[in-house]
Amino acid sequence: MDHLEQLEQQSVYIFREAFRHFERLCMLWSIGKDSTVLLWLARKAFFGHIPFPLVHIDTSYKLPEMIAYRDRLALEYKLQMIVGQNTAALSAKDTFPEKLKANPGMTAEEQAAARTECCGKLKSGALAATLHGTGTRMRMNLKTGQYEVDPDRAPYTGVIVGARADEEGSRSKERYFSPRDKNDDWDVGDQPPEFWNQFKTDFAPGTHVRIHPLLDWTELNIWEYIKRESIPTVSLYYDQGNGKRYRSLGCGPCQSPIDSTSKNVDDIIAELASGKLRNIAERSGRLQDGKHGLEELRRKGYM
Amino acid sequence: MKPAPSDRKPGDPLLRDTFNVVIVGHVDHGKSTVVGRLLADTGALPQGKLESVRRECERTGKPFEYAFLLDALSDEQDQGITIDTARCFFKSKTRDYIIIDAPGHIEFLKNMISGAARAEAAVLVIDAKEGVRENSRRHGYILSMLGIRQVIVCVNKMDLVKYDQDHFKKIEAEYRAFLEGIGAVSPRQFVPVAAVAGVNLASRGKETPWYDGPTLLEALDALPKAPSKNEQPLRMPLQAVYKFTEHGDDRRIFAGRVEAGKVAVGDKVVFSPSNKISTIKTIEGFNTAPRASIEAGWSTGFSLSEEIYVTRGEVMSHVDKPPQVSTRIRTNLIWLGKKPLVAGRDYKIKLGTAALPVQLSKINKVIDASQLDHRLEKEEVGRHDVADVVLELRQPVAFDLTADCEATGRFVIVDGYDVAGGGIITAAVSDELGDLRAEARVRDFNWVPGGVTGADRAARHGHRSALIMFVGKAGTGKHVHARALEKALFEAGRNVYMLDGQNVLLGVDHDLWVDAAQSELVRRFGEVAHLLLNAGLIVVSTTNAIGLGDATAVQALAPDAPMLLIDVDPSGSSTMACDLRITGTEPEAEVIAKVADLLRHRGITSRAS
Ligand SMILES: Nc1nc2c(ncn2[C@@H]2O[C@H](COP(=O)(O)OP(=O)(O)O)[C@@H](O)[C@H]2O)c(=O)[nH]1
Repeated sequence: MDHLEQLEQQSVYIFREAFRHFERLCMLWSIGKDSTVLLWLARKAFFGHIPFPLVHIDTSYKLPEMIAYRDRLALEYKLQMIVGQNTAALSAKDTFPEKLKANPGMTAEEQAAARTECCGKLKSGALAATLHGTGTRMRMNLKTGQYEVDPDRAPYTGVIVGARADEEGSRSKERYFSPRDKNDDWDVGDQPPEFWNQFKTDFAPGTHVRIHPLLDWTELNIWEYIKRESIPTVSLYYDQGNGKRYRSLGCGPCQSPIDSTSKNVDDIIAELASGKLRNIAERSGRLQDGKHGLEELRRKGYM
Repeated sequence: MKPAPSDRKPGDPLLRDTFNVVIVGHVDHGKSTVVGRLLADTGALPQGKLESVRRECERTGKPFEYAFLLDALSDEQDQGITIDTARCFFKSKTRDYIIIDAPGHIEFLKNMISGAARAEAAVLVIDAKEGVRENSRRHGYILSMLGIRQVIVCVNKMDLVKYDQDHFKKIEAEYRAFLEGIGAVSPRQFVPVAAVAGVNLASRGKETPWYDGPTLLEALDALPKAPSKNEQPLRMPLQAVYKFTEHGDDRRIFAGRVEAGKVAVGDKVVFSPSNKISTIKTIEGFNTAPRASIEAGWSTGFSLSEEIYVTRGEVMSHVDKPPQVSTRIRTNLIWLGKKPLVAGRDYKIKLGTAALPVQLSKINKVIDASQLDHRLEKEEVGRHDVADVVLELRQPVAFDLTADCEATGRFVIVDGYDVAGGGIITAAVSDELGDLRAEARVRDFNWVPGGVTGADRAARHGHRSALIMFVGKAGTGKHVHARALEKALFEAGRNVYMLDGQNVLLGVDHDLWVDAAQSELVRRFGEVAHLLLNAGLIVVSTTNAIGLGDATAVQALAPDAPMLLIDVDPSGSSTMACDLRITGTEPEAEVIAKVADLLRHRGITSRAS
């Protein structure tokens, strides 16, 4: 069994434990490479099926190609696709791009603050509302391909997330099963012990558990696996001829591509293995992270 | 899908092994420095990182510490100390390492455990000047308990003791003696190092000419990967039985991870503790080539030739090498709960995939983890204590000694919502029912099946077999309830039979003297019940006639049948574990409705797959 197979087998085990212990289980699907590998692993775990809903938070600023890819896979794999959105903030134009439009003279610091705030609303806020069922959930009707209001408003108590420990500092402290309290807060300093493969599967009412099947994977592993399993990915990850590609996918206005001529999965694997990107954080193209930005956002429920 | 090895170019990252190492030790003995220095010396640091941290230190007037470097890597400067496990990556010539930096503070012991539980090997750091301290001992013990057999000890800060060989030898002798005394695994290698100066970490230092052993990196590279578990007896704790009918899939898949051994299509397998036997029909997977056999490490699934009803928590094995089954286990455990582990309180044990109620039965000894050589007379196991205890389950569980199979030989204990402790099984403790269970095993493993299977019968009857036992003191009307229930179930179309102990006495026990051992009466009663259950019936009975206090003995003889216990307790004082408690004064219809609910809920009447 090689390293990639070991990672795969552990992820499958985690998926099955999650499915067993959480009646209200869902999986976050950001459409990026990690969550797409996650989706694939779920099909491995459940022999081709995905027996729980996928939740996607639509900030409305995702690149259109991502949304098209999402809906195509939802129909193809017969996914229970749930979409959540902070429509209040969007219609009130309470977002970073709108604020920047209204006030193009913002200083860099003001911009950084506005970005963090925007993430807090369009992502963390929308996510919390969708998970708890306090916000509207839209569910894809697989017959028509259209989204309809989901009558199910019960909170999800188990949430599968594609976080990897190597992504950035705070994630390396996650457990496979990480509890979140009533306010979605993550108490980094007081996490339950994780002996072997016995996970935290008992939780108090009102709290929930985040499950991380990809915790031990690295960015390179993700691409190696995409290659080995021939998993379809969005073309934004590849250089389309202008010497640029996205390494991590977020919202259009807050991300920038990296310089890279990797045109396919093999190129990316070679690029990562060469160490060329070692000195550049994977999420460096994601402008909201900043110093301490992500840990702060994560404590507040961001993924 | 998987590229053949020949497709792989040299330097293909998949050709390299990944090795997980945890680094532990008493706080301030130099863990972070060892790790930081290793990262620096193996070129694993992002460019300019070391310089920028040094500059930052100069700017703020703090002396440079490698710990700051790690903090900067994992964004921990706010906390000041490593509170949780953080991971770092570096490469040697031969393989890729993941270093799990575990905190040394006692308050963060659970984090240290979480890190160590995932490691294949450990580096334990001891300060040469301070010598062996509380957490040097505790961590050494815990590593051993967690099953980490490969330990390298760095005796660090050798500069502070002038690189004195005798000093080094003394610490080595003391620590080896300590580990030996508690029966823990002895370290592979002691390496004298000076982490700040980088002596004997990635490269050999001139300061220790007397030392001819490997550097830390050489010692790490020499550690073998864990041997394959393929040659051990087959163990697969059943994780779930899947049927995705609503997705148009009729396969019934018995899923789990093969933790040890291997298994092939056509193999006869048994599930413990139910003793259910079947044959592997197919090995299932998604986007994989069909396979005829599978071995340790794979999270997989099987379809079986004979449909059997087994539940999560059972362990699949070959018939000739089954796991042990008991309600009592002797263990070494470490307690992390805020409240102590005490007798008389209900906990949950999670062992393999089983999760069952458990109580503390006996404390053999509590070891004060700071001393460990001091044996304490204690009534309870306190936070951070390690102890040798006997645990008692209400129901039998399948397990192995940790020495025989790790995955089925270790467990955690849940108190309320929290994982409060974990441990390993060191011995099976015989319970009163061991003989009966052994009898049932021999019987079931050699059972001659008829032409009609249990699944066939269940399909025809519309229900599975089950044993419904009325328990409680004599004179509480158990017999009346049992009769009424039999009639009601019959009228509802069930195949039901009331087995009265008196009738077994009159016939099957006719050859026994009046003063015959009660155990023999119980045994015969249980075997009769087993036959009726095997015939697919719902058997209603009471514990009266055979003088049984509870029904566990009967269950030991019919381990494959679901059993419902109905405790008739007019006084309201019973504490017996049961599925339903009645006072005996309720309207009969109410009792019957409750039992019908239970039968449905347990999947006996409306067959949940
Ligand atoms: N003299 C000397 N000091 C050391 C050495 N290694 C570590 N230290 C110091 O010991 C202290 C604790 O080290 P640190 O790595 O933070 O310990 P940790 O708590 O085990 O991670 C720091 O001040 C280090 O600079 C060494 O080899 N020699």
